[in-house]
Amino acid sequence: MTDAATARLARPASPRRVTNRLLPWAPALTLAAMLGPVAAGLLGTLGPALGWMPALGGDSFGVSVFADLFAWPGLSRAVALSVGAGLAATALSLVIVVLIAAGWHGSRSFSVVERALSPLLSVPHAAAAFGLAFLIAPSGWISRALSPWATGWEVPPDILIVQDPRGIALIMGLVSKEVPFLMLMTLAALAQARPGQSRTVARALGYRPVTGWLKTVFPQVYRQIRLPVYAVLAFSMSVVDVAIILGPNTPPPLSVQVVRWMNDPDLALRFRAAAGAMLQLALVIGTLGLWRAAEATVAHLGRRWTERGGRGHAAVDRGLRIAGLGLGLASALAVFAGLSGLLLWSFAGLWQFPDALPDALTLRNWQRFGPHLTDSVIETLLIGWVTTLLAVGLTIACLEAEHRHGLRPASRALWLLYLPLIVPQVAFLAGFQTLALSAGLDGGRAAVIVVHLVFVLPYVFLSLADPWRAWDSRQDRIARALGASPDRVLWSVRLPMLLRPVLIAAAVGFAVSVGQYLPTLLVGAGRISTLTTDAVALASGGDRRVIGVYALAQTLAALAPFLLALVLPRVIWRNRAGVRDG
Amino acid sequence: MIRRLVAGLAATALLASPAMGQGPDPADWDSVLAEARGQTVFWNAWGGSTTINDYIAWAAHEVADRYGVTVTHVKLSDTADAVSRVIAEKAAGKDEGGAVDLIWINGENFAAMKEQGLLFGPWAWDLPNWAYVDPDRNPAVVSDFTVPTDGFEAPWSMAQVVFFHDTAREADPPRSMPALLDWARANPGRFAFPQPPDFLGSTFLKQALLELTPDASVLQTPVAEADYDAATAPLWTFLEALTPNLWRGGVAYPQSGPRLIQLMADAEIDIAPSFDPNEASNAIANFELPDSVQTYVHDGGTIGNASFVAIPYNANAKAGAMVLANLLMSPEAQARKQDPAVWGMGTVLSMDRMPPEDRARFETLELGIATLSPEELGQPLPEPHPSWMTRLEEDWIARFGIAE
Repeated sequence: MTDAATARLARPASPRRVTNRLLPWAPALTLAAMLGPVAAGLLGTLGPALGWMPALGGDSFGVSVFADLFAWPGLSRAVALSVGAGLAATALSLVIVVLIAAGWHGSRSFSVVERALSPLLSVPHAAAAFGLAFLIAPSGWISRALSPWATGWEVPPDILIVQDPRGIALIMGLVSKEVPFLMLMTLAALAQARPGQSRTVARALGYRPVTGWLKTVFPQVYRQIRLPVYAVLAFSMSVVDVAIILGPNTPPPLSVQVVRWMNDPDLALRFRAAAGAMLQLALVIGTLGLWRAAEATVAHLGRRWTERGGRGHAAVDRGLRIAGLGLGLASALAVFAGLSGLLLWSFAGLWQFPDALPDALTLRNWQRFGPHLTDSVIETLLIGWVTTLLAVGLTIACLEAEHRHGLRPASRALWLLYLPLIVPQVAFLAGFQTLALSAGLDGGRAAVIVVHLVFVLPYVFLSLADPWRAWDSRQDRIARALGASPDRVLWSVRLPMLLRPVLIAAAVGFAVSVGQYLPTLLVGAGRISTLTTDAVALASGGDRRVIGVYALAQTLAALAPFLLALVLPRVIWRNRAGVRDG
Repeated sequence: MIRRLVAGLAATALLASPAMGQGPDPADWDSVLAEARGQTVFWNAWGGSTTINDYIAWAAHEVADRYGVTVTHVKLSDTADAVSRVIAEKAAGKDEGGAVDLIWINGENFAAMKEQGLLFGPWAWDLPNWAYVDPDRNPAVVSDFTVPTDGFEAPWSMAQVVFFHDTAREADPPRSMPALLDWARANPGRFAFPQPPDFLGSTFLKQALLELTPDASVLQTPVAEADYDAATAPLWTFLEALTPNLWRGGVAYPQSGPRLIQLMADAEIDIAPSFDPNEASNAIANFELPDSVQTYVHDGGTIGNASFVAIPYNANAKAGAMVLANLLMSPEAQARKQDPAVWGMGTVLSMDRMPPEDRARFETLELGIATLSPEELGQPLPEPHPSWMTRLEEDWIARFGIAE
């Protein structure tokens, strides 16, 4: 937020109530909580990238570190992988989501899609990746189910499927996790876009369903999901855990290579890691620019297509509907089947190729690892709930401040919200850790909550801001005209109407908190152990039984809030069908 | 136990006490014990193996019971995380009260931390249980990848390269690098090693270098002092021929040692290296491998080394960390660690230095189902100087790690 905007917001507007005095400060506080750590962390990474890190003997500034980075022979391919996988995964995810929504929104199949979303979203990325790897590998579940009776394979064939050099497995893994996220964002947007009316009008004018949806509803919806799409693009480009499991490794995508350099015993490589992290940041910014330009082109072409007034062809329309459903089903099935595989592994005794099922089922794995779970489950829930409550509280305060004071500062300053999502974690976490240490802030649960807030807040804000702003403000005027105070309007009208988006935002925030690995490890000094830090440490051992136990525990922890977010509005509003659609 | 500690103290008290900088004086063991009581030690150790985690939990319990020291196992996916932590603390000027009290470490990480002055010490040779260690007989305990430890780290485990194979698919494995190459040509795609710079992957390169180089003695000096090209030419010829016959043709690599166990269970490979002579037995016990898996070594011998624990220069609980390190070196803890039913790693202690009742703890141990006897395992070959590993990793990455 700019200083001027802050100053205008800070102007006391209606000093009668405490909330009205405090509320104007909410945006500034929220931005500080999100951006302070990122900015400090970036500076802390920029230093070593330019050769400055006195603790390791770097005491002069220069560009020699970048020269060293550009001389690394694998760089062009690592960069190409990062950009290629990011763009492909994002574009594919968006296409699938749009086709499903265009072809099936309002139908009975669509409510099945809705119900499948929450479990899909709550599967941690790493667990989904492990599950997918087990599914599609030459010795994986699909191959086992067909061997040897159909394939004749007594031993698995030596075919490169997982970790292929073009990153196709990586893209598949990313798509299977990003489709549910974008779908959720689209659902929230659809709830405000009133597509029912547009659809009826378009059908009455003779448009085929998909064509009509694309021409009338999509422009409204994309405006609301644009920022989540950017977040998906930035995430897909700089993801580390999924890329380690599914991505190529000769060389890996840039973000993975940066982490490798960071972890190299040769401490001099930490300078190159910092320069690589800065390059990763530049790549993300550049690719987002590219996407923005593509948006403008698509918008221009789309407008001409709409203006021509074509009603669409029945065969094409049907093909698109089926393709959307097929791709969506395939990506959802991949996650469910992968997770079922891990579930089975968590109870497995010896399970060799080509057996489709384990030799024996046993409780031994759960008995071995289960008791260790309790402490980390409590820690995970505690950190997750506190972080989520803070994030939802701050977000609503911000949005309400914006609403009551008639200002939309965020429209100019909104890109700031995206910094924690766009700046790759590798680019600022190491720098932030040094800052936290200097401030004496590290090693405790409070510090971990502060750093989780950096990542949770943007997601909560993104999930909630558009539905909140799209709320019809005439409701506000009516309620005020009936004598309700602004606070009363908030609590009695707006929050009940927006209950579902609020709960979904909280669930997204909680899932984000559950999934944090690097921030928890770095700021918690390794002393705060959550389900995810334990899972990653144990996963480094590669035993699918342990991975299965922890993946399921993680999934359950993140799933519960999503179920609540879907079930609660239905329960609370069973007698208020008018708001249920909201 | 306490009586033995006092006896050990009497023996070590004669040694000159070096300048320690900030921190307790290990030569004055009673004061170390007194200071350690009530401290909490954050032991940063790889957490990828439940077998090892259970052993660490046992050691933590014992130290709490006997000396009132609380030990928390910080489970790492990579030792470098702990090294990064200490560097970050130094960068932030946090020169005391650091978050890492003890690190499971060796090789390059130790060499780097020692060179950068990130370690506390020397302290290890003043521990009471050092009396049971015989550096003359087992030089690996004072020389970490040929870098002198100078008492900055205490040994706690011995490891040695072995290979494991599934007898159901390969009954007669090749017992030298040239034989392995012939076997791989005949069985393409059935052998794998983790991608260097993974620890085990790099170790495989060193083992191959040791077997193939014309004069292995040059590996004991820093690489800068040797004719690197001449020494490594046979290795690169070997790898050029081997790589296309590796699992996935060398286009993708397993990312860690334990991953090889899963690949073996999935029947994707028939032979794999390991740095833990008992790993296959443990995996069989945990249903991760069938009991047809066996272990073997190459005829010319295999590389072995010691694992250590070190204390960062700014550790918060140095006394507690030393008490824990001393317990890890005790005959009781070492015998427990060597028990295949518990973990199965070799001891750093010398049998003839121990009293008979402690020696008996080791002599009664039974070998794991797929574990070689010490005679079959043979005397470990010494690690090359760490500069060789660094150079080999760089060259391997340039030649094979970023394949076009």
